Amino acid sequence: MIDKFREDALAALAPILSGATIAVGGFGSSGRPDTLLDTLCDLDRRDLHVIVNNVGGDFTGIGRLLVEGRLRRVTASFPVLPDFYTEYFAGRVEFELIPQGTLAERLRAGGAGIAAFYTPSGAGTMLSDGTFPLGYRADGEVAASIPAKEHRVFGDREYVLEHGIVADFALVKAYQGDRKGNLRFRLSARNFNPLAAMSGRHTVAELEHLVATGDLAPDDIHLPGVFVDEVVLRSELSPRMGVMTRRSA
Amino acid sequence: MTQTAVSEQVSGRSREGIAQRLAADLRDGFVVNLGVGIPLLVPKHVPPDVEVILHAENGVLGMGPLAAPGHEDPDLTDAGKQPVTLITGAAIVDSAVSFAVVRGGHLDVTVLGALQVSGRGDLANWYVPGQNPAVGGAMDLVAGAREVWVAMEHVDRAGRPKIVERCTFPLTGRGVVTRIYTDLAVFHIVTGELRLAECAPGITPEVIRARTGVPFVEA
Repeated sequence: MIDKFREDALAALAPILSGATIAVGGFGSSGRPDTLLDTLCDLDRRDLHVIVNNVGGDFTGIGRLLVEGRLRRVTASFPVLPDFYTEYFAGRVEFELIPQGTLAERLRAGGAGIAAFYTPSGAGTMLSDGTFPLGYRADGEVAASIPAKEHRVFGDREYVLEHGIVADFALVKAYQGDRKGNLRFRLSARNFNPLAAMSGRHTVAELEHLVATGDLAPDDIHLPGVFVDEVVLRSELSPRMGVMTRRSA
Repeated sequence: MTQTAVSEQVSGRSREGIAQRLAADLRDGFVVNLGVGIPLLVPKHVPPDVEVILHAENGVLGMGPLAAPGHEDPDLTDAGKQPVTLITGAAIVDSAVSFAVVRGGHLDVTVLGALQVSGRGDLANWYVPGQNPAVGGAMDLVAGAREVWVAMEHVDRAGRPKIVERCTFPLTGRGVVTRIYTDLAVFHIVTGELRLAECAPGITPEVIRARTGVPFVEA
C-alpha cells in the first residue's frame, strides 16, 4: 500500500543532513515551499548547497536559510536579496550564477538521466568563460571562479556544455496532491517545481490541498508520484514563520 | 570612433514614442517576450488589428495586463514577480518548457533594454560591474529568440553613445541584436552590419552620427 503522506514535516525532512545538496522550486515567493524551508531551518542543518532560481526578497524561505548562516553555496539565476550579496562578497557563501533557462534544463536533465547538454545560452559571456567569481575570500579577493565551460560549434552557432543536476533532495510546492504523490500545480506557481522534483533523489512536496487518491484524473496530473517520495500539508503559519530576527554574527 | 558625450540637446521620441514605434513593427501572431524598462510600455501601443502572445519566462503564454488592485493572485505573476492577468486562451507551462519556447526558436521577438549594443549586435544588459550580479533569463532570451529588438535611449545619462564599437560592460550575448529602437532612430543589424533604417521625426543622420559610437550604413 503506497501512502506518501506524512503528518510531521520535521520527520519527513529529518534524513536531510548538513552538507546536502537541495533543489528547491518556486519563482520568487510564487510556488515556494515555505513550510518545508522553515522546517529545514528548525532541523538546524548547515553547509547546504541550495539550487533555486531566487533567494527571494526577504528573510523568509531561502532568505531565512541565508541569514541563519546555513548555506555553503547557492546555484541561482536571480538572487535578489541584498543580504545574499553581502554574504557572497564577504566570502561566507558561494554563488554559482547560471542563466535561468540553463537552471531549468539542468534540473530537468538530471532528473531525466541526461548527464549534460549543449545550450547556446551564455556562450561567449563571463558566465561560461571562467571569469565569474564563484566565491571570495574574507579579504575580498576572488577565492575561486566558476570553471570555464566547454564551447562547441554546431552549424553556425556556438554552444556551451552544461551538466544535469541530480540533487540529494528536492523540496517543492504543489496546489493539490494525493497519497501516491501525484501533483497538480496552480498557474505560474508551477515554474521550477516539477523540474526540482525530478532532480531530487529524495523529493518532498508541500501541498495546499491533500485530495483523495483518484480525485486527480490521470490526464490532469502535472507530475506523477513516481518523482515524489513524501507529501506534507502546508502549514497555515508558514508565511509568517520566516519573519524572524537576523543572525547577530 | 570617439565616444565623447554630445551636450547639445535634441528632441526625438519620448519613451512612450519609442515603444509606439517598435509596436508598429510587431506582426499579427507574434510570440513576444518583454524585458523591463521601455519594453514594458509596448503592449498598450500594439495596433488593434494585431494580436500578439506575450510570453513571461516563469511559464506564462498569453499574459494580460497587470492585475487590478484587490484582484491579485499570488500564483500568477510576471517575470518581475508582479501580479498579472491572463488573456482568454492563455497557457501555463513549467520553466523548462518556457525556456524551450525561448531557445527552440518559438519566440518571434524579445524586446529588451540595453546598457550598450555594438555595431555587430553584441548586447550588454545584465550586469554593471560593482553592482550585484544577476542574469535571470536574459542570456537565454538573446540566444534563443528569432529576433532581439533593443528599445533604449540613444545615449546614456552622461550623454555618451550606447551604440558602440565594442561593449565595455559584460556581454549578454554576441551578435544577437537584430534591431535597435531609440529616441533618435531605428537601426537594423544585418549580418553584422549596422544600418540606419529610419530617423525619428525632425532628426537628421548627422545628429545620429554625432551620438553613435560606431559607423553605420544609411539604408
